[in-house]
Amino acid sequence: MKRIIVCLKQAVDVSQLKIDPATRQLITAGAPRKISDFDKNALEEAIKIKEKLGGIEIFTLTVDSEDAKAVLREALAMGADKAYFVNDPAVQAVDTSGTAYILAQAVRKIGEFDLILGGESSLDSFSGLVGSRLSELLGLPQVSSVRKLSVDGDTIIAERALEESSEVVKTKIPAVVTVTREINQPRIPSLMMIMKASKKEIIKWTLADTDTQKEKIAPKIEVLEALAPKMERKKIIIKGDTVQEIAEKLAKALIQEGVIGR
Amino acid sequence: MNRMNEHGGICVFSEANDLILELLGKARELADKLHVKLTAVQFGKNAQEKANELVRYGADKVYALDNPALEIFQDEAYLNVLHDIAVRDSPEILMIGSTRNGKPLAARLATRLDAGCVPDCIAVELDGSGRLIGERITYGGNALARVAFKSKPQIVTVPARAFEKRAPQERKGEIVKLDVKVEPSRVEVVERKPLETSSERVEEAEVIVSCGRGLEKKDDIALLKQVADVVGGQVGCSRPLVEDRKWFSEWIGLSGHKVKPKLYIASGVSGVIQHVAGIRDAKIIVAINKDPEAPIFEIADYGVVGDLYQVLPALKDALKKQLQ
Repeated sequence: MKRIIVCLKQAVDVSQLKIDPATRQLITAGAPRKISDFDKNALEEAIKIKEKLGGIEIFTLTVDSEDAKAVLREALAMGADKAYFVNDPAVQAVDTSGTAYILAQAVRKIGEFDLILGGESSLDSFSGLVGSRLSELLGLPQVSSVRKLSVDGDTIIAERALEESSEVVKTKIPAVVTVTREINQPRIPSLMMIMKASKKEIIKWTLADTDTQKEKIAPKIEVLEALAPKMERKKIIIKGDTVQEIAEKLAKALIQEGVIGR
Repeated sequence: MNRMNEHGGICVFSEANDLILELLGKARELADKLHVKLTAVQFGKNAQEKANELVRYGADKVYALDNPALEIFQDEAYLNVLHDIAVRDSPEILMIGSTRNGKPLAARLATRLDAGCVPDCIAVELDGSGRLIGERITYGGNALARVAFKSKPQIVTVPARAFEKRAPQERKGEIVKLDVKVEPSRVEVVERKPLETSSERVEEAEVIVSCGRGLEKKDDIALLKQVADVVGGQVGCSRPLVEDRKWFSEWIGLSGHKVKPKLYIASGVSGVIQHVAGIRDAKIIVAINKDPEAPIFEIADYGVVGDLYQVLPALKDALKKQLQ
C-alpha cells in the first residue's frame, strides 16, 4: 500500500447550531464548522495504517464552496501529508450525486491510490450516500460500516457491524471503505505537529481543474425546507411535598395516559 | 378497476423480512394514488413462498429469485439484479430498506441509474403533481427536512418502523421467477456472527427506562431495572454510558437506536439533541433530573426535578401499588 486518499467534509458543528425560535429555521450561516466526525475517524485510521506499515502517503480530499483552510490545517496536523481542496462557489448547490461526481473527478486527477477512506456519513446532512456513490463511479468494491480494519498485502480485512450481526469481509485494493465512530479515537495534534503542518501543502482546485462538467453536478433533489422539529410535549412539572407524593402523582398520570398497565 | 401503467410503477426491496412488509404498506398507498403497479423483489431460497406473502401485504407483482446463492445479502449481485429490473420496468419510485446493507445498495443503484436518492425517510408523500417528497432528520436531530426530487427515478431509503404494515389479505398478484447467474462479489464475507447484545431488542419495548450521566455507578442500573420490571419494560441508556463508561453496549439516540415506545422515562439524561432525536416518536416522555434547567424538561410530557436515586425507588413503589 502506497497511498491512501481520505475524503474529508467540512461540516456544520451541529452541537453549536442555533435555531430562530420564531421561524424554527436553523441559523447555519456563520455556524462553526469542523471536520465531520466520522471523516476524522477515517483520517485517524489512515494514519494508524501508515504508522503500522510505513511508506504510505496520506492525501485528504475536500470539496466545499467556502473556505476550509482551518479544517485542512487540522487534518495536516493530525498526520495527513497533503490536502487537496476543490473550492468552487458552484459546489454550494450540489447534492450527494454531485459531490460524489466531483470527488471521483478529483480522485482521477490525483491518479494513483490504493485505498479511499471516508466516514460512514456526515455530521450535518447525515446522508451516508457519498462513499457508496463514489465507489460506483470509480468502479471499485465498497465496504461500509467498518469498525475494525487491517491490511494484509493487497487485501483489506474489515469488520462490519450490521443490525443483528457482525461480519468480517475481505476485498482486494483499490477499494472504498467507510468507517463508523467505533473504529478509533482520533488523536489531538500536538503543538509540534501543528507547527510542522504549516509547511505542508494544500492544493487548491476549481471545478474546471477537475474537468467537472456543470451539467454532471446538477442536483437531482432539492431541500424544500429544513425546520427545527416541533416537539409538542405537555411539559408538566410534577411537584409535591415528598418524593412519595410526587411518585404517586406521576404513576397516576401515566396510568391515565394509558401507556402502562393492562 | 384501476388503470395500471406497465412503466412508471413503484418498486420496493429490503433484505430485512419485516422492513419489506412495512415498505409495502406505504408503497401500496402511493401506488393507489398514482394508479400504478407495485412491484417487490425477493431473493433467496423459498423466494416463491415469500413472494406469496409479499402479495398478501400489498405487492401486485413480485420478482422471485429462488437461488440459494442469493440467500444471504450479496452487495454486487443484488445491485445487478435491482439495476436490471429498474432498467426493464423504469419504476418512477424505488423504495429500499435503510439497513446497513440496504443503504449502500440504494446509493450505488441511484448512481448507476443517474438518479437522486433521499435516505432515511421517516415520512413520504406525493405533491400535487405526483412528485415524491421525503422527510428526514438532519443536522444531528436539529431539523426535519422535506426533500423533493427533480428527476426520475426517485429513490428513497426507509428505516425500520417508519411505516406500518397493512393487514395481510388474500389478493391476486403476479409472481415472476427470475434466474440470474450469480457472480461472486469482490467483497467476500469470511465470517458472520450474531451481535453480542441482549436478546431483548430495545426498539420493540413498549416502555423504556433509560439513564444518562446522572447514574453514578454500574450497579445502579438495578434501580432502572426495578422500575422497568413493574411495567414490563426494558432498560436503555444515552451515549456517554456506552462510549465513556462502557456500562452498556448500545445506546439510544440519533447515531444509535431510534425508539418509539409508549412510555420513555429518562432519568439523569440531560437531553442533548442527539439523544432526543432517538426518542422523538415516544408517546409519552418522562424526565427525572436534578437540574431544573436540563434541556430534557423542554421535550418531556412529565418532569420531576429531583434525584433519580430517590425518585426511581419511589416511582417503583407507587406503580406497584397503583397497578395492583
